Order: sequence, then C-alpha cells, then structure tokens
Amino acid sequence: MDWVFLSELAINGALTGLLYSLFAIGLVLIYKASSVPNLAQGGLTMVGAYVVLALARDVGLPLWLAIPLAAVVMLGLGFGIERVALRRLAGRPVVMILMLTLGLDIFLRGTTLAIWGGTSRSMELGVSYDPLFLGDIFISRIHLVGAGVALALFVAFMLFFRTRTGIKLRAIADDYMASWSVGIAVERGVGLSWALASVVAVAAGVIWGEIQGVDQALSLLLLKGLTVAVLGGLDSILGAVIAGIILGVVENVGADFLDPLVGGGSRELIVAAVLILTVMIRPHGLFGRHDIERV
Amino acid sequence: MFYRLSGVHHANYVSDSRIFKVPADRNLTAFIFLIGLAAPFIIPSLYLNSYMLPWLIWTAAALGLNLVTGWAGQLHLGYAAVMAVGAYSSIHAARFGVPWEFALIIGGLTSSVIGSLFAFAALRVKGLYLALTTLAMQFVMDWVLTHSPAISGGSHASLQSPTLALLGQEITTDTGFYYVAFGWCVLVTIFMLNLKRTGLGRALVAVREKDFAAAILGVNSFYYKILAFATSSFIAGVSGALLVATFFFLAAPEQFSVAVSIQVLAMVIVGGLGSIIGSYFGVALILLVPGIVNGLVVTLSDGLGMQIDVETLAHIPNAVYGALIVIILLIEPLGLGKLYGNIRDYLMVWPFDQFKK
Repeated sequence: MDWVFLSELAINGALTGLLYSLFAIGLVLIYKASSVPNLAQGGLTMVGAYVVLALARDVGLPLWLAIPLAAVVMLGLGFGIERVALRRLAGRPVVMILMLTLGLDIFLRGTTLAIWGGTSRSMELGVSYDPLFLGDIFISRIHLVGAGVALALFVAFMLFFRTRTGIKLRAIADDYMASWSVGIAVERGVGLSWALASVVAVAAGVIWGEIQGVDQALSLLLLKGLTVAVLGGLDSILGAVIAGIILGVVENVGADFLDPLVGGGSRELIVAAVLILTVMIRPHGLFGRHDIERV
Repeated sequence: MFYRLSGVHHANYVSDSRIFKVPADRNLTAFIFLIGLAAPFIIPSLYLNSYMLPWLIWTAAALGLNLVTGWAGQLHLGYAAVMAVGAYSSIHAARFGVPWEFALIIGGLTSSVIGSLFAFAALRVKGLYLALTTLAMQFVMDWVLTHSPAISGGSHASLQSPTLALLGQEITTDTGFYYVAFGWCVLVTIFMLNLKRTGLGRALVAVREKDFAAAILGVNSFYYKILAFATSSFIAGVSGALLVATFFFLAAPEQFSVAVSIQVLAMVIVGGLGSIIGSYFGVALILLVPGIVNGLVVTLSDGLGMQIDVETLAHIPNAVYGALIVIILLIEPLGLGKLYGNIRDYLMVWPFDQFKK
C-alpha cells in the first residue's frame, strides 16, 4: 500500500469535493428557503461562467471587474426567475416544480449556447498550472483556490444567516406560514435565495470553467452537486461542505480501486451509488432536518 | 352546441362506468382512429415516417410513464433506462433468432423485471427523493450499457436491429412501420382508457392521493406500486424495442440517456398528469414544435436576409424546448390535457352556460 499516493488521492479528492460543495451550496440555499429542488443550478452555473466570459472577452473588462459585474447580473436573473416562474407555481406538487426547474435548466443551457456557441472556451484566471508540492504530495493550485472560495462562501453564508435578513430567511425555511403571519415578506425571501444561489453559480462557474473549460459540460455537475446536497442533508450548508469533502475523497480513492476492475469510468457509478445509498439509508442526509417524509 | 348535451348526468352505474360518457367524445375518437388508419394514404411518406411514427411510439411510451407518474403518483426519472432494457433485450432476442412477436414480449418482460427494481426505491421514499433515486439509477443503467460491449454491441456501441417481421410478414415499407406503431399506440391507449374503470386503476389513484389512507381502506400500496412500475415498464420496454425496430434501426446507448428520460417526463407533465389525450398533445408539442420553430427561424432569417450562425441554429430547438416546458407549466400546471378539457367543458353546454361553478 502506497500511503503517499493514497493521501495524495484523498487530499485532491477533498479539494475537488469542496468544488462540488461550491455547486451544492446553491442548491441548498434554495431548498432551505422554499423547499424547491433547484435542478436548474447546472444551467445557472453555465450562464454564470458565460456571462463572466462575455463581460471579460466581448466587453473587454478585466476579470476582477467582470466577475462582480456578472454576480450583479446573475443576482437580477435569480430574482427574475423566482418572480416570473417559481412564484406562480408555489404550493403545487413537487413533480411540477421539479419539471419547471428542469425546463429552466434546458432553456438556460439552450439559450446560452445559442447566444455564445458551444465551443469550449477558457477562463484564464491567471492561476498557475505548476503543481504545488507538499512534501511528496502534489496538489493542483486551481483546486486549492476553488476550495478556498468554497470555504470563504461557507463562512460568508454562516455570517449572513446571523444578520437580520439571514434570520428572516431562516424563519422562512423553518415555517412558511408562520413567517408569513408575523409579517416577513416570504416571496422576497425566496427571491433572495434564488438570487444568492445565482451568485454562487457565478463562483462555481468561474472555478469550474477554469478547470474544465467553459462549455456545456458545466451543467453535467448537476448529479454530483445533487449527491453532495442530499448527502449533506438538503437544507444544511455545513452539510454541503462536509458531504462535498466526503464525496470527493470517496470518489477519488474509490475510482482508483474500482477503475482497474471495471475498465475505467467508475466515478459516475460511485457518485450514483452514494446518492442511492444515501436516499435509501438516511434520506435526510448527514445534517438535514428529520422531517423528510418516508413512505 | 357541438356536444348536444346539457351536462353529464348518470342515472345508473352502467352509464357511469362507460369509457366515453359523452357520445361526441366517442365519435371524435372514432374519427381520429379512422384518420390514423387512413394516414398512409393521406400524408406524404416523409412526414409519415419522420413525424407520425415517432409521435405514436413516443405517445405509447409517455402513456406508460403516465401510468406510473400520473395514475400511481410515483416520480420516475429513469424511464429511458427501462426503455433501453426492453430495446436491447428484444433486439438481442431477435438477433438470436427468436420470432419478433416473442422478442417484443421478452423485451417487455425483461423491462418489467428491471423496472420493478425502481419500485423498490418507491417503497422507501417518495416525491423528490424518489425522483433523485430513479435519476441515479438511470445513471447506473447508462453506465452499465456503455461499459458492457456484450450488451451494447462491440466497440462502436451500436447494435443493428434485424428486419422486423410480425405474423410471418417481413415489414420493410414505411406504411408497414407506421401500422406497427399505430397498432401499438392504439393498444396502449385502449388499455389506459380502460384502466380508470378497473379496480387496478382505482387502487392506483388511491395510492397516489394518500398511500396510508389507501392502506386503511385495504389497498396494499406496496403491491400496487410494484404493479404500476412493472406494467409501465412493460409498456416502456415494448415501446423502446419498437422505436429501435421501426425508427432508429440501430440501438445506441445515447438514444436512452438521461436527457431522454427528462424528455419523456416533460411530455407527460406538459400533456397533463393522468390525461390520455394530454399525452398525445404533450408528445406532439415536445417532439415536433422545437423543429418547427427552428424551421420558422430559418425561413424568417432567409426572408429578412439575415445570417444566423449555424451553432445558434443548432441550439435554438433546445432553448425552445425548455421554454415550452416552462411556459406550459406557467399557463396551466395541469397541462395541455386540462386546457383541452376546459375548452371541451365550455363548448359542451355552449351557449347555455349552465356549468358555472
């Protein structure tokens, strides 16, 4: 057993996992506020990355300006999606809301590609590709940066949920009706959660765009993001971070063991297995609320 | 006016359990059936083959999903995987030399067995969590398909379908393929039309509405959930096999990918949960409209002398497809079937609007 190799796999897996968390935080924010499973997060991530690129390449802004501007644009998009689409379906059965977000995902993807084309582009963040050596273990710099962003967002959201607005959001998550009756603007809160998720999507889009190029594949993160969100408990941001690390490690180390056995490509399989096992054994995830209905 | 009724009233149970409670509905159905029969002689073969045929087969498939999602109320995001099981097993059976009639049934039965595995997820969770589990199962099935050359047919991952032959007749013409699809779609439609009149259908609806209330009434919800999944999987399997045998002629894993699962669910939901006529509308809308819109865009841009990027054109159908789902859900969450129902109910007593709620 090569421990150095194994720990290298584990550390890089954990870093990749934190990048999944970055994606999953968007899902969790919306689920927390409105119990809506946001399957459009993949599409939003894609739009986020393309908007950054459009501002940086087509308008010619520097990246440090393009990213916050894109965040502002996406903030508006998030509010808009909630106002136009989600609000009108509030209280409908989950199957319709699920379909609505799937439709949004397809629409966002199709529109983005129709406007900017499907050829993969690079983000060019300016992070060096030289590996970073930690003893004998080598680590990719961009993954480290991404993991840092994920943790920073996590801390930011933890602080945010202590502010007045954040407490309102927590109240909405806790009980829709009760918050309504004490005068909290529930619609605005849910809209805000969509806006925040869209801003998170910009962060995820930028980091993932740097890693694998800005193209359609960004929306394929959905399954991994969903798995992380479910494993962590759909309404816990801390859960999303920890579950991200767990999934990343399990996936990276597991794939190393399984790939020679099944002839490669076992990552998808591991992720799907983790999702199925989580739902079967512990549907509310590691840190989720226990009121998830079982048959 | 068109229906010549003052409303639907029943004086006995026989009339209450008729398939068509309004004579005009029966006449309309018979009329559409006749048009369907005559279609090869009316519609040019290009349209017959590239629009009517997939429409009918996808409708049969969507009706199968409607059984499990609309009637039994179980979310299913792995339907394409079940279709793939049917398609691959019946094509392998046919290549092995089994007559096509039996090969189709073998495909259906294999799908039933595999599809029932999805039901075990439904026994434990429901709603969103069921959707996620079936989605994950779809990914597992995709993975198995693409990673086992024995199933998917060698390094190119494509499997040639042998010539379809039913009742000793080799079917090679467009008209023949159309009638096979038409026959299967009619069969499934008749089954679904009758379903709501049977104990099975009522039990499924009871399970959908509230499973523990159903259990109190003596409806074994576990049993009926498995039955619903098995039946719908059978329909899925045969539809998948027919789709390959009469339309694609070549089975490839991407024909049954996650996107296809989402597409079938979109057809069912846009058409309306639990609505049979709605499934026809939903499939037509999702399958045909994006292509039509793209054609319109091309004609329009040519007419205006504008140059539209090839890549843009390639992605417009996708954007339209997504937008259609969103728009229909916003206009009428119960789908096109409900919209049709509204118009029908309005016309039923028009101009004597006695149906005021």
